Amino acid sequence: MLNLALTFGFTAMGLAMLLNVFRLVKGPDAVDRVTALDTLYINTIAVLMLVGIRIGSDIFFEAALLIAMMGFVGTVALAKHLRRGSIIE
Amino acid sequence: MIGELVVSLFIVVGATFALIGSIGLARLPDFYTRLHGPTKATTLGVGALLLASVIYFSALREGLTVHEALITLFLFMTAPVSAHLLVRAGLAAQIESRTHALDVDHGHPDPDSRGEA
Amino acid sequence: MSRDKAPATKRFTLLPHPVLTVVLVVVWLLLVNSVHPRLIVLGLGFGIAIPLFSQRFWPDHPRICRPGVLLRFLPVFLWDVVIANLQVAWLIINVRRTLRPTWVVVPLEITNPYAITTLANVISLTPGTVSSELGPGRRTLLVHSMDVDDPAQLVDRIKNRYEAPLKELFEC
Repeated sequence: MLNLALTFGFTAMGLAMLLNVFRLVKGPDAVDRVTALDTLYINTIAVLMLVGIRIGSDIFFEAALLIAMMGFVGTVALAKHLRRGSIIE
Repeated sequence: MIGELVVSLFIVVGATFALIGSIGLARLPDFYTRLHGPTKATTLGVGALLLASVIYFSALREGLTVHEALITLFLFMTAPVSAHLLVRAGLAAQIESRTHALDVDHGHPDPDSRGEA
Repeated sequence: MSRDKAPATKRFTLLPHPVLTVVLVVVWLLLVNSVHPRLIVLGLGFGIAIPLFSQRFWPDHPRICRPGVLLRFLPVFLWDVVIANLQVAWLIINVRRTLRPTWVVVPLEITNPYAITTLANVISLTPGTVSSELGPGRRTLLVHSMDVDDPAQLVDRIKNRYEAPLKELFEC
């Protein structure tokens, strides 16, 4: 049963990431692409957790935490850049 | 056995919510409505998946493991902040909105007098 | 939030931000994922040292006057988060429905920056709304909502359900 749920989870997350890439490519504005990237990294964390459950090890925890932090900082920097044209004032 | 059932349930619910959030991002008509999917549905979905991971490692493997809760907490704290910044970036770029009645006088305050979210 | 309050006039305290200390210790224990006494001591060391060194960046405390309000507010908020997600999910899946997105302007009564930050984040996490921009002089908040019948009702709801408890919580 757990394997079935995991298969469903991987399929759903793969589909979700494809949809994010679609939005990333299509745009139409830069802000849309940043939003797509933001969602993409959150979905990556979900996939890492699913992989962790499948192989029965929490070795990916640090990677997931780092992705969460770097992703947030990246989104903030990009949003600031789009608003003002510079990141560091 | 019951633990496995709960973990499976959380995985299915979480993955479904994350998928719905991404569908919203791909399907909805304008930027400001699109933003609603990722900020709410995706965050909750990933939260549920992290909870599934916590239950799996605590109940079905040896020892209590709660550090995934840290990621959940972090995501719930950062999601509104990044949404807020993205909307502000969109407003600054004056992205066309299909939303009616945008109060233009309100829309553009002095960028330095805002409260930091 | 003036950053140049002279720190020299302040009396030296070992724990300038007790709440921050507790949060740091808890986060540290979650991070190392163990409650070994050695690690608790190390965590306490961090919890005391970090607020001391970063004191200049936190000039004023967020003051919580009635913690009881938090106990009442938190369940309402968490419940609303779940409901919000079901609503948004339904709006996304339901292809035939045309959305009625609206911008609403919420006049603010609260003035405390911490209270406003909390309110903005709470709005972003609950029913179909994202807080977008703070008006001039921090008197209004621009909110985008996904699907609204009656904008006045939404403003009322935000004010009664979220702003009122936050006002009690932060301002006294």
